[in-house]
Amino acid sequence: MLGKPMRFLLIHTGLLFAAGISLVPFFWLISASLKTNDDFFEYAFLPWDGLHRLTFDNFARLFGRTPFGTWLINSLFLASMHTVLVVTLSSLGGFALAKYQFRGKRALMLLMLCTMLLPSQVLLTSSWELVLFLGWANTYWAIIVPGAVSVFGMFLFRQAMLGVPDELLHAGRVDGCSELRLWWEIALPVVRPMIGAYTLMSFLAAWNAFLWPQIVLQDERKYNLPIGLANMISLPEYQTQYGVLMAGTLVSILPVAVLFFVLQKDFIAGLTTGAVKG
Amino acid sequence: MNRARLWSFQYRYAPYLFVTPFIVLFLVFLLYPLGRSFMLSFYQTIGPRHQKFIGLGNYWFLLQDRLFWAALGNTAMYVIGFVGLQIPAALGLAMLLNSKLVLGRSFFRFAFFSTHLVGSVFVAVLFSQLLSPRHGLLNMALSWLLQTPIEINWLGEPRLAMVSVLFASLWLSIGFGMIYFLAALQAVDRDLYEAAMVDGAGKWSQFWNVTLPGIRPVLVFMVVVGTIGAFQLFELPFVLFQQSAGPNNSALTIVMYLFMTGFQVRDLGLASAIGWSLVLVIFLIALVQVRISGVTREG
Repeated sequence: MLGKPMRFLLIHTGLLFAAGISLVPFFWLISASLKTNDDFFEYAFLPWDGLHRLTFDNFARLFGRTPFGTWLINSLFLASMHTVLVVTLSSLGGFALAKYQFRGKRALMLLMLCTMLLPSQVLLTSSWELVLFLGWANTYWAIIVPGAVSVFGMFLFRQAMLGVPDELLHAGRVDGCSELRLWWEIALPVVRPMIGAYTLMSFLAAWNAFLWPQIVLQDERKYNLPIGLANMISLPEYQTQYGVLMAGTLVSILPVAVLFFVLQKDFIAGLTTGAVKG
Repeated sequence: MNRARLWSFQYRYAPYLFVTPFIVLFLVFLLYPLGRSFMLSFYQTIGPRHQKFIGLGNYWFLLQDRLFWAALGNTAMYVIGFVGLQIPAALGLAMLLNSKLVLGRSFFRFAFFSTHLVGSVFVAVLFSQLLSPRHGLLNMALSWLLQTPIEINWLGEPRLAMVSVLFASLWLSIGFGMIYFLAALQAVDRDLYEAAMVDGAGKWSQFWNVTLPGIRPVLVFMVVVGTIGAFQLFELPFVLFQQSAGPNNSALTIVMYLFMTGFQVRDLGLASAIGWSLVLVIFLIALVQVRISGVTREG
């Protein structure tokens, strides 16, 4: 048996080592985006003996010479639209699945469950056909409209809304609340943590989406950040501009990091409830 | 009276109205494409216009297709490496973090989880630099540790291609898995450990007899979901190898093959067949995993 101080030391050594592996690449990334190309090869992290050489040139070049600013705005637009739509539709649908009896409910839920196990890539070919048929190629419709369906989100909200007390809904009805207002004023506030968690999850998914947008969008000015950055890294003219590439990566990570800080508590709680209880 | 009828009307039809937008989109953008892509897998297509029914032709072709087997092999190797390393590492970290002695638990939890926020494409761009032979951080760290200059060409050597992908994906997902295991560990009844200690069980025996059974549902969930997710590997290798399949196709995955066939060669039929082969593989493996774990038996 190890003594308590020894165990304390071992545990914290292990944890610090792992935390280092997680965090050091972030520090490396920040350093790389602030260094000149010469310093990039000279120093692993920051040039400690010449901190005055640190520069924002990489960021200036990123926004000045590439359509990066446009991609950033496109990404913000696409991810926000996706999040608002999918959270609204899923919470509304999840409310109906949890708190009402209606015809076809069992069949619907069974169908939904079956599709949940399928890898979404199997839909790529036929969805592309459909997008061509609708005339949505190279438009954001092709990304936003199909993206508003989330079977996972429906089940997540159904699970959370089962916990909304029936007496509360009944009291609302007696007071003359319409069903839509019951959803808005009673059900949604009760599942607030789930809204926070799911908002972050959907935003993250849309922010990082690559495969489908890459198929649908051809015009460079319509790209989102992942497509833009993935193309930059494949172009010879940027392959040697390490600082610019790393600055682009850093800026691409920042918005989600901010959102995470805001929603952190809800997120970790919401993330694990389904897995542990279900 | 009229008002009352309107009221009961909105009460009766509210649930239908609430699910209608979902159902319409679900039918048009999920169920229909699902059936359609199954149909497409029996056609030979050139672009979206020209289609010819060829029965099981696409599937026969895949059975003899060297590239498809290469993609399947690469992906399977990756899945084994990923699940085999991610699960123990995430569980180990969660157990360390669950100790009563730990100071700064929320800092560590944040540090481990933070990597999950970085999307696959951004991780790939970052790791393309971290893994570069000369100025990459990994080779620098190895050189420093071993005190000899090391220049491993992580991204240029076919045998190392999937290893490089594994580095990136493990960095991305170990902390995420840890969050689940930590929640599961915290839900295990503390009294059980004390009972085990009274019975004279050592740490190892406590792990086998108390911890593992206690977290089994989450463990099975993580293995099955992790396997399904790993089979869908695409972005990491695709961007890490600059929109290619890596040296000698060593980083070609099933989804990458699907993408290239469908949207670069433009054979949507064959691409659909690749997709449904992936469905079959995932389905069979998940079935075996669930059977072995025996979760269904306890219902």
